[in-house]
Amino acid sequence: MIEFFIYKAILVVAIFAITLFVAAYSTYAERKVAAFLQDRVGPDRAGPFGMFQPLADGLKFMMKEEIIPDFANKFLFILGPSIAMMTALMAGVVIPWGNSLVIDGKEYFLQIADLNVGILYVFAVVSIGVYGIMIGGWASNNKFSLLGAIRASAQMISYEIAMGLSIIALIITTGTLSLREISMLQTGGVGGHWNFWNVVYQPVGFIIFLICAFAETNRTPFDLPECETELVGGYHTEYSSMKLALYLFAEYINMFISSAVISTLYFGGFNFPFMNDLGLDHNTITIVGSLFFFAKITFFIFFFMWIRWTIPRFRYDQLMNLGWKALIPLAVINIFITGLVIIIKTHYLN
Amino acid sequence: MQALTNRSKVVVKKQMNFWERIYLPAILGGIVITIKHLFRKSSTVKYPETKREISQIWRGQHVLKRDDQGAERCTACGLCAVACPAEAITMVAAERVKGEEKLYREEKYASTYEINMLRCIFCGLCEEACPKEAIFLTDRILPTDYGRGEFVFGKDKLVEPVDERVDVTVRQTAAVLEFKTHKQYSHNK
Repeated sequence: MIEFFIYKAILVVAIFAITLFVAAYSTYAERKVAAFLQDRVGPDRAGPFGMFQPLADGLKFMMKEEIIPDFANKFLFILGPSIAMMTALMAGVVIPWGNSLVIDGKEYFLQIADLNVGILYVFAVVSIGVYGIMIGGWASNNKFSLLGAIRASAQMISYEIAMGLSIIALIITTGTLSLREISMLQTGGVGGHWNFWNVVYQPVGFIIFLICAFAETNRTPFDLPECETELVGGYHTEYSSMKLALYLFAEYINMFISSAVISTLYFGGFNFPFMNDLGLDHNTITIVGSLFFFAKITFFIFFFMWIRWTIPRFRYDQLMNLGWKALIPLAVINIFITGLVIIIKTHYLN
Repeated sequence: MQALTNRSKVVVKKQMNFWERIYLPAILGGIVITIKHLFRKSSTVKYPETKREISQIWRGQHVLKRDDQGAERCTACGLCAVACPAEAITMVAAERVKGEEKLYREEKYASTYEINMLRCIFCGLCEEACPKEAIFLTDRILPTDYGRGEFVFGKDKLVEPVDERVDVTVRQTAAVLEFKTHKQYSHNK
């Protein structure tokens, strides 16, 4: 029993540390990617290639004056960024970061909790994340903050529907809600026996999910909650110092988690091509698989940034039109066609 | 109206077609453009390490010249201050006393001479107005500072040190050299 707790504790601490590390370096990567895409150099003063820039940023945030406005509701004002940060960190619990390691005949899974409703858990936690923004924006007692918060919640609620519907089609094909089982079903891939990643079976679902992931994480082109040109800073207008840092940080953690979820659901998770044909032992495959998983996540984080520095922000009515009139019907049609294909396959082709 | 270039496009407000309405082809086109820029050389000049090539007649930080013997050329005539469009130059004149002949070239000199570098627009009119060839703009870039006070340059920063003369030959244009050939102005040499 004590062994179990130690194993879980190590896993929790490791994933917590990795999440924070990746989020910190995402801020650096964001600035570097932005710079490279615009023919600039980006931060390069702090350490070699500016590698210590996140530390410098963090230090700066801590040294800044902390302002809580007189007219703000103090308790909720502090609660807002706390919720945003906490929920962002919580979503990493159910993601399978790798297959299992066998040490002394015992199997240790590289996943904190293998819930049989893993996807639903992610959705639930992400939905609570909206409260962080909503409460923070409302507690600031500022028109711009409130407008940003309203936009954020309206946008998230709209896009969560399409996201959920796109997932239903995936669940029809996989038949499970557990993220580990979904990963295991995609094992092998290209190689000895052909077994494609889910993106091959669900391309439309993948595109819908990807678009919704952009909206859920408040990233460009759907970053209307914090659009500077209209709302000063949106929901975090009144925030300063570490509280602002928590909000910004939560966005990067969300991006990391979304990338992990996209990789798990549609791009094979910790599986990689030819994994069963190279004659490697189980532990090596697990470690290489985890590295592949992180490579996939890195690609998707890059993709988030790539999009951000390519296309401008949508107008609010365009955002709502896209969500309600395009993505939701498309997701429903996708479910219908997927169901039809599955029925035809199981009943008529066997 | 005739267009100046052939690149202007007439804006037509037409209904978007299907492919335009789903945005995805346009977005794909956009990300292809941006990814090309990822591999392009950056156009940044990392300033303190690499310096950009500057023009021959670059007008940078001023210098108050000394003559060959090391005496200050400025006689505090005030023509530079009058010429200055930004009113950046102020000076106080003083009379040379016995024993200071090595320090000041003529009987009158500037006891204080200040240029407010935050006002200065580096137009070079002071240099043009100077009848004594005392003030020149050089190719030195003005150093930065955190406070405003440091930008009022006094004689300590403006007058060239005796042992490290500032080369202003590029600023001595044809007109300046021509001026020197006139016999009646020979006292200025």
